[in-house]
Amino acid sequence: MFGLSDYATAITFFVLIILLTLGITAYASMQNKSTSDHYVAGGKIKGWQNGLAIAGDYLSAASFLGIAGAIALQGFAGFYLSIGFLVAFLVVLLLVAEPLRNLGKYTLADMLTARFNMSSMRSTAAVSTIAISMFYMIAQLVGAGALIKLLLDIPYAYSVIGIGILMTIYIVVGGMVATTYIQITKAVLLIAGSLALTFIVLSNYGFNPFALFNAVESEIGSTALHPPAPSSITQSLDVISLNIALVLGTAGLPHILIRFLTVPDAKTARSSIVWSTWIIGLFYLITPILGYGAALFVGQDAIRAASPEGNLAAPQLASTLGGPILFAFVSAVAFATIIAVVSGLVLAASSAFAHDFYTNVLRNGEASDSEQFRAARIAAIGISVAAIVLALPLQGANVAFLVALAFAVAASANVPVILLTIFWRRFNSTGAVAGMIVGLVSSVGLVILSPLVLGEAAIFPFERGSPALISVPLGFLACYLGTVLGGRGAEREREQGLQTDYDEIYVRSLTGLRPEDIDQEAAQRPRGH
Amino acid sequence: MDSNMHEEWVRVGRTSAFQEYSRKRKAFLIPATIFFLLFFFGLPLLAAFTTVLNGKAVGPLTWAYIYGIAQFFMTWILMHVYVNQANKWDDLVERARHEVAEGEGR
Repeated sequence: MFGLSDYATAITFFVLIILLTLGITAYASMQNKSTSDHYVAGGKIKGWQNGLAIAGDYLSAASFLGIAGAIALQGFAGFYLSIGFLVAFLVVLLLVAEPLRNLGKYTLADMLTARFNMSSMRSTAAVSTIAISMFYMIAQLVGAGALIKLLLDIPYAYSVIGIGILMTIYIVVGGMVATTYIQITKAVLLIAGSLALTFIVLSNYGFNPFALFNAVESEIGSTALHPPAPSSITQSLDVISLNIALVLGTAGLPHILIRFLTVPDAKTARSSIVWSTWIIGLFYLITPILGYGAALFVGQDAIRAASPEGNLAAPQLASTLGGPILFAFVSAVAFATIIAVVSGLVLAASSAFAHDFYTNVLRNGEASDSEQFRAARIAAIGISVAAIVLALPLQGANVAFLVALAFAVAASANVPVILLTIFWRRFNSTGAVAGMIVGLVSSVGLVILSPLVLGEAAIFPFERGSPALISVPLGFLACYLGTVLGGRGAEREREQGLQTDYDEIYVRSLTGLRPEDIDQEAAQRPRGH
Repeated sequence: MDSNMHEEWVRVGRTSAFQEYSRKRKAFLIPATIFFLLFFFGLPLLAAFTTVLNGKAVGPLTWAYIYGIAQFFMTWILMHVYVNQANKWDDLVERARHEVAEGEGR
């Protein structure tokens, strides 16, 4: 794509950013002393730091590469992703974040088992966490592969494997403290890169977004500016299904949810959501400028030629408008983004394995810190290898829509169980385990039956493959039926010690008081009162 | 220890401060959640089944974009309204803690 010296520039920038993030990892790992540090950064991250880290986790390759490409090639239909990814934060903030923080300790399963004291609950939650993280990682690796292929002209398979090795090093060495600082660094870089691109695009239109939209209308056509007219009921339902996954999915994403366990109290959890929602929202608000900018300056044909679903639109835009230096910068940022997000995912998945499955199920909670550590590290390697292998055949898909599938699985398997654990008094463990399994199996199953995997032979007709319209209601239904038909009823379960009393869960999830808060007060209570 | 703790939690739940908090929280969350879900799904429903959003609203901007951008502002505004409320509720939690310490809720 460029001359030899430009390659040198690109590679120099790359190496610099990788060294920067590795340096942070190394520095942080020196402070990573305990198991609690490894999983949740010792619970002492500040609100704005955590907000930036959430933004870093959330603004993945899907947001930066995928949405820009989707808007460049499909117009408004790509903007659904921006809207849904943002509004989803209301579900997290209003319904899930504080109760989760108040009940959980290290992982999603900790929160669920605060109420359902059963190893089957814990292992199901671990499986679901690993499956969702895997879906999400595959999307990131597909983006990474395309990017490195474009940048360094090495084959897709090698670039996927290379990224895979780097991310494994991060996580095995650094743990959560490191990924938190990487996310912060990377969120800042990503926003700077996007703002630079937006600035250059708009400077061509006298800083008037309307002029940009006018140019889109005259050069690409007005169809790019509105949603496609309804053509068939299947297509319409496909849109609804995608949007259900987008708005509910975030509340079930393990790697986002565990971020709320890294803050000391509910107030900090709230302030971190405020920070992240502003950053993420402003970023998504400029995605149409990036997408339409790419369509206008790079051209839809050139975007398709580089990656059929537009995954490289943003770096291509940087190269067209800013030359090799901006291109190198934007690509390096995208690369850092992918490594950082994937590290967060591997961490969530390997914690689920080590903490929930290995320690609490296999070892009955009796594994030492160092044994847990080793299990987490081995799991991280295994999970990375599996994701690399699964990413290899998916080179042609748009990464934002791949990520939307991870959202669909999260919305189906985790969200019904999380919501009902917090809000439904009669909910029992049979319902919780059944809901999670049914949501997981139906959503993953429908994706496999969709055109995305089976192509022409697809049985599930939604082109985007988003199963949420069917699998989310199935998840809720299974929770309900499991509770009503199976099992012993919440009251019996409580008597047998399988479930914590809902009155207690309700108070704890709403107040965030820890046992010591009350004990302390009890100790101070005057005698004979 | 565990069963003792359980009794403590239940006592917190019985305090008048906690009851007030729980009531206020529900009174806010239920309508707010219904509102933002309706507001959110309005866009894909209108867009997927009708063409009412396809016309121009302001200059080249279609109603779909106006609605889409309105979702951003809806999110930010509702977020701040919630956080304001929730920060006030923290005082009620604090009060509930004191009420338990003073022996209420037995």
